[in-house]
Amino acid sequence: MTRWTKDPVLTVEHLTMRFGGLVAVNDLTFQAGRGDITALIGPNGAGKTTVFNCITGFYKPTEGRLTARHADGKTYLLERMPDHAISGEAKVARTFQNIRLFGGMTLLENLMVAQHGPLMRASLFGIGGLFGIGSYLKAERAAIDKARYWLDRVGLLERADDPAADLPYGAQRRLEIARAMCTGPELLCLDEPAAGLNPRESAELNELLLYIRREQATSLLLIEHDMSVVMEISDHVVVLDYGVKISDGEPEAVRNDPKVIAAYLGVDDEEVEAVEHEVEEVEREVAR
Amino acid sequence: MAARTEHSVAASFKDAAIAAVIALALFGPLVGLRTEVTTGGLFLSQRWGDVAVAVAVVFVGRLLLNLFVFKTDRPATGWFSGMKLSAGALARIGPVFGPLMLGLALTLPFILLFGAPSQSRYYIDLGILVLTYVMLGWGLNIVVGMAGLLDLGYVAFYAVGAYSYALLALNFGWSFWLCLPLAGVLAGLWGITLGFPVLRLRGDYLAIVTLAFGEIIRIVLLNWYEFTGGPNGLNNIPRPSFFGLEFDRSPEGFAATFGLEFAAIHRIIFLYYLILALALLTAFVTVRVRRLPVGRAWEALREDEIACRSLGINTTTTKLTAFAMGAMFGGFAGSFFATRQGFISPESFTFIESAVILAIVVLGGLGSQIGVVIAAIVLIGGFEIFRDFAEYRMLVFGLAMVLIMVWRPRGLISTRKPTIALGKAKAIGGELVGEGRG
Repeated sequence: MTRWTKDPVLTVEHLTMRFGGLVAVNDLTFQAGRGDITALIGPNGAGKTTVFNCITGFYKPTEGRLTARHADGKTYLLERMPDHAISGEAKVARTFQNIRLFGGMTLLENLMVAQHGPLMRASLFGIGGLFGIGSYLKAERAAIDKARYWLDRVGLLERADDPAADLPYGAQRRLEIARAMCTGPELLCLDEPAAGLNPRESAELNELLLYIRREQATSLLLIEHDMSVVMEISDHVVVLDYGVKISDGEPEAVRNDPKVIAAYLGVDDEEVEAVEHEVEEVEREVAR
Repeated sequence: MAARTEHSVAASFKDAAIAAVIALALFGPLVGLRTEVTTGGLFLSQRWGDVAVAVAVVFVGRLLLNLFVFKTDRPATGWFSGMKLSAGALARIGPVFGPLMLGLALTLPFILLFGAPSQSRYYIDLGILVLTYVMLGWGLNIVVGMAGLLDLGYVAFYAVGAYSYALLALNFGWSFWLCLPLAGVLAGLWGITLGFPVLRLRGDYLAIVTLAFGEIIRIVLLNWYEFTGGPNGLNNIPRPSFFGLEFDRSPEGFAATFGLEFAAIHRIIFLYYLILALALLTAFVTVRVRRLPVGRAWEALREDEIACRSLGINTTTTKLTAFAMGAMFGGFAGSFFATRQGFISPESFTFIESAVILAIVVLGGLGSQIGVVIAAIVLIGGFEIFRDFAEYRMLVFGLAMVLIMVWRPRGLISTRKPTIALGKAKAIGGELVGEGRG
């Protein structure tokens, strides 16, 4: 029994997602362990982002069950929840492959929007806030402190009052992670966080992710393209190819899995011959 | 350098001549020849003098444009780019401009009473009209400017507010002060009713459905004869009282109670302060709500709806609150309109009203409170000033809109002020701020 099956923060069972005739994800089952950095990898078009969209409620899965389990033992069936409740109640936050910040709002405002749920309750759904009740002002101060903490953490505190769209690319990625962390997630899903980063920014990102795992009660699930990044920081790797899981395990085991090597590097020459032979046989049979 | 200038002068004349020939070809048949109906049948009258004037105007105009704008090293339009820089200045005078305008608005009736007694009634009436549109602009700004939901049927809520007050007051004899909140609530409910079906729509589709909604309300008001009076409208809508004191000649009236000589202007001044208070309430609530989580969620929704959903914001209720709140202020303005006019009919709530209110918001700058005030003064006040020009009014209006949109494509005040800041809040340039796509 592996670590992640003992105390999973997320359990994906028999997840299938079809778009018309296209099967993007086929009968996928895996667990993400609490306190782990779990990586979901695979070649282009393997269905990684589709899995993410199912987990975070942007797609309704065709089949399967998605269960989030909090540290206190509460479970949430994600496939039955609307997207805003997945973030607000089940505490599963996400970032996007193409960064989605509120460009015309300041960094601080971005992080304040992320704390919408608790602030909304503190302001009695706007009515108490309108009259400036004390409990709301207190909650707002706490929210500012939290935002300040995360801005400091991602090294953007001096730019707190600048519009988010003015930030360079790498800083936007970090801000998006900080914004997701401001929702207080149990599980943070990162969609290709290292895409488009230079080596230095990439190293900073790894440090940030390791920090989140170490210091926060947040587990991480990340999609990555780049094997080297994955192998460096993740504790558990799940490999997808054409919507099917082809490998699942410790990074070292996955790295040496022939199926993974085949999916990433293509198959060996002898195997190609064997495959061609098979295809010919099938064709002959069909002709007959 | 000199050669280039000479060349450009020659080229300018040539270009202007070509333009003049084209003008001749166009104006010749269109202006030069004219058929007139006379007793003997149709006659062809010729107006070559007018054609000559038109062609000359085109030639000179084109030549001047060539010499000073198109074919010169230092285009005169550089002056305009200088004005672009003044955008920052416009934002800087904002903090002073607001209180100044407020002071002027508060004292306007008295300035007019003492400054121009003979015309004061007309100008205070105009002030009421402008303030009504300022209030409507601020109300629509919540929906369009903050939440980024294009609403072409805002006048529907104005109508709901007006009819709510009129019907409640006429049928039950309830006072204005009781009906005003009720009208706001009813309009807000209609805002939610409209909101539900359009939640899934974005951009153009949303605009069309809201436009249709505005028309539906108007047509229902027009055809539901037994209830709304149909095209005849509703008459004798009660006037508001000053805390129970009517504006009349009776011994219990406003003038008698305060020992003043009765004058019709008292009611006008009262209406002026009433709409001013209502407009200020709208502004106050909007400015405050912007700093609350719900207001921030509206603006976040305008920037990126998908990101909002990933952050636990219920976009459905967020959009509905924006619709409801915008509609509520529309309803307040509507009941004010009904009590001021004393008579309402569906005629007052046509699409052109929605278009004017939207124009005020867009021209002022989406999301800008001060911008809406300036735009309302310019548009509604401008309309009045150009009243003498009758049919050219729309032409001038359209031209002014085009010029302003060329000069300031994102409205007069396009910068966005952050709702919260750690240090000093800096205005955010309009080019970074999202416009919303639905």
